[in-house]
Amino acid sequence: MDIKWNEILITGDPLILGSQIAIVLTVIAIVGGLTYFKKWGWLWREWLTTVDHKKIGIMYILSGVLMFFRGGIDGLLMKAQTARPEMNFLDAQHYNEIFTTHGVIMILFMAMPFLIGLMNVVVPLQIGARDVAFPQLNALSFWLFFSGAMLFNISFVVGGSPDAGWTSYFPLAGKEFSPGVGNNYYAIALQIAGLGTLMTGINFIVTILKMRTKGMTLIKMPMFTWTTLITSIIIVAAFPIFTVALALMTFDRLYGTHFFTLSSGGSDMLWANLFWLWGHPEVYIVILPAFGIFSEVIATFSRKSLFGYKSMVVSIVGIALLSLLVWVHHFFTMDAGPAVNSVFSITTMLIAVPTGVKIFNWLFTMRKGRIKFTTAMLWALGFIPNFVIGGVTGVMLGMAAADYQYHNTLFLVAHFHYVLIPGVVFAVFAGLYYWWPKMFGFMLNEKLGKYHFWLFVIGFNITFMPMFFLGLQGAVRRAYTYSAESGFAPLFLVSAIGSIILALGFAVFCYNIYWSFRYAKRNVSSDPWDARTLEWATASPVQFYNFAVLPEVKEIDAFWHMKKRNSGLVLKEEEIQEIHMPSNSGLPFYMAVVFGITGFFLVFEWHMAAAVAAIGIVIGLIIRSFDYDDGYHVPVEEIKNIESKWRKVEGGVKHHVG
Amino acid sequence: MEYKTNSKYPISHIIGFFLSLLLTFAAVFVALEAQLSFTIVMWIIGSLAVLQAGLQLFMFMHVTEGEDGKTNIINMAYSAFVAIVIVAGSVWVLTSGHAAH
Ligand code: HEM
Ligand SMILES: [Cu+2]
Repeated sequence: MDIKWNEILITGDPLILGSQIAIVLTVIAIVGGLTYFKKWGWLWREWLTTVDHKKIGIMYILSGVLMFFRGGIDGLLMKAQTARPEMNFLDAQHYNEIFTTHGVIMILFMAMPFLIGLMNVVVPLQIGARDVAFPQLNALSFWLFFSGAMLFNISFVVGGSPDAGWTSYFPLAGKEFSPGVGNNYYAIALQIAGLGTLMTGINFIVTILKMRTKGMTLIKMPMFTWTTLITSIIIVAAFPIFTVALALMTFDRLYGTHFFTLSSGGSDMLWANLFWLWGHPEVYIVILPAFGIFSEVIATFSRKSLFGYKSMVVSIVGIALLSLLVWVHHFFTMDAGPAVNSVFSITTMLIAVPTGVKIFNWLFTMRKGRIKFTTAMLWALGFIPNFVIGGVTGVMLGMAAADYQYHNTLFLVAHFHYVLIPGVVFAVFAGLYYWWPKMFGFMLNEKLGKYHFWLFVIGFNITFMPMFFLGLQGAVRRAYTYSAESGFAPLFLVSAIGSIILALGFAVFCYNIYWSFRYAKRNVSSDPWDARTLEWATASPVQFYNFAVLPEVKEIDAFWHMKKRNSGLVLKEEEIQEIHMPSNSGLPFYMAVVFGITGFFLVFEWHMAAAVAAIGIVIGLIIRSFDYDDGYHVPVEEIKNIESKWRKVEGGVKHHVG
Repeated sequence: MEYKTNSKYPISHIIGFFLSLLLTFAAVFVALEAQLSFTIVMWIIGSLAVLQAGLQLFMFMHVTEGEDGKTNIINMAYSAFVAIVIVAGSVWVLTSGHAAH
């Protein structure tokens, strides 16, 4: 093992030096702050070892915010570089690294944790459960995700970033053409994070199938729970494909096999094929929960139950099946012949049908509703027209013959940003404004929220609308610069200006979080929006056992009807029983550390060190299998105490009948 | 889990057992005694194996019974769907058109 120390830390680039200094300062500030305020014990007890689904959800969301920041900076850097022709802000290599990390981080480390975080916070509450089916596995999911995300994120200062695109196509991504450690980070960090995601999928399937409260049959579940169930099923179907593909990539890069190489009978297109077999379902994994969020928000603020509930469910299931049948549309230009391309063209365009059904259902839900224009509702309203632009351009791209023109241009880049930003980012914002009081017991500021909304939506359109036209004029994606003669300059400049407005919107959001933490009113009721589903039937922030007595459900929008009938809202003291809760555990955090270390050694191909570190993983597994702790019981007195506090303050939830 | 067997005599187990024996001996016979080409032998014993696996799922493992019966069936059908899409789909895509030449 010969370690080239000088190649480990990246040096020589002022941008990177700046980030290195910033990272060191941040770490010092965090460690110093925790020590000064004596918060280490608190951090360990309340967060690092927690198995509470709500806290795990909050940690996911926090990671999502951080990663949005990182991915957003990447985006801004690219926009700065292409603002004028022939700029020398980033060189070609640096641009390659930045679009690669931007793509991976935005999809896997921003969109996924935001959505999984909201799923964690909300789904057990919506189905009237006390936690997910496997609370400690849930913590392990989070920590493995976090470990993978951090490993991936240090790449740009330690060893160099991956630079073969978020799709990491072979042969470019192979050892032959990318000898550095950058693409090892891709193979290994995504593997670790992917393990966490797969476990999340399993956990939520079991939770939703097995832990619904009395009376909640499948067709009485809230829509967000439905989308979470179907999303989890797609995760379990699709993520193993990525696991295998990444493992083969690791073998190719680290151990000299030839699955995807050009030489010795490998098949480079096999990688593209496997990648998209996972990759397309993956975009539905991020869009379906988002659809669920919009369904909740639109129903609540239109003050009506969701229109066409059953057709919504059928559409989600249809989208889930179709999502596995369209992957070739990402490489029509490989030219698998007219038969293959026609079939995949048709399946692709078919997806527009269930999606259209959903859009009309949302519109009909709003029809004749008494709409309240809260910030959450604004995001849902903004979503519809913007997402339709993304969808229509998607159908254009789905026509194989036309795709030969659009392929690899900025038209495509504009299209998927029009799908992902309204579809995922708007949804996440809607969900955060909506569920924030449930998570923290105070609201985000609505006025700042509206600034956030308008800046973000306007900035988004100014950034990405020009890219459609640039693409049609022939501007290719992943190109770090262009000539003045190309005539692209004006539109690129407009787009760059748009990205600044977009960033301002995000800054307002961050300020809103800060402002609300400091100044927002704390005594909001447990049901500030006059909402419809069970998560609003308990305290805000939710007490650790969720429900003193598990609610009983009779119909869809259970809580709404409970309020209408004024039944089931008052807690009868004699019904309170001891509650069985799972104990905290440090093991998931430990696993994240050993997985991270093992992964780091593998990235640098220090095989002996990795083998030694992997023993740590095995030790963790052994400890877990001898763990006989089966939780603890919350005594009735304590429950009474906690319940009387929030129920007294508000005088009961029944004051909010709509 | 509760089973839907009314009679005390486990009749379905016995039928399943004998059918399994039959299928196993058929496979042995085809492999050792029948004078067939290697490919045909593989196809036949492969099919017999799949048949027997299915048989055992119903006769011994009670996939259709109990509270999870429906879930199990959906589960297996979906797994089969996913497996076929991945394997057959990949083979089809990668061996068609210009991509394969
Ligand atoms: C915050 C505002 C954003 C800006 C300014 C931005 C900007 C960009 C730019 C300039 C590119 C590269 C274009 C090129 O090929 O040269 C790009 C690529 C990409 N973006 Fe974004 N983006 C943003 C948000 C997002 C979000 C929210 C997602 C996903 C949820 C996303 C996913 C991607 C992906 C997957 C790529 C392709 C990377 C590749 O080519 O390998 N972006 N983005
Ligand atoms: Cu796709």
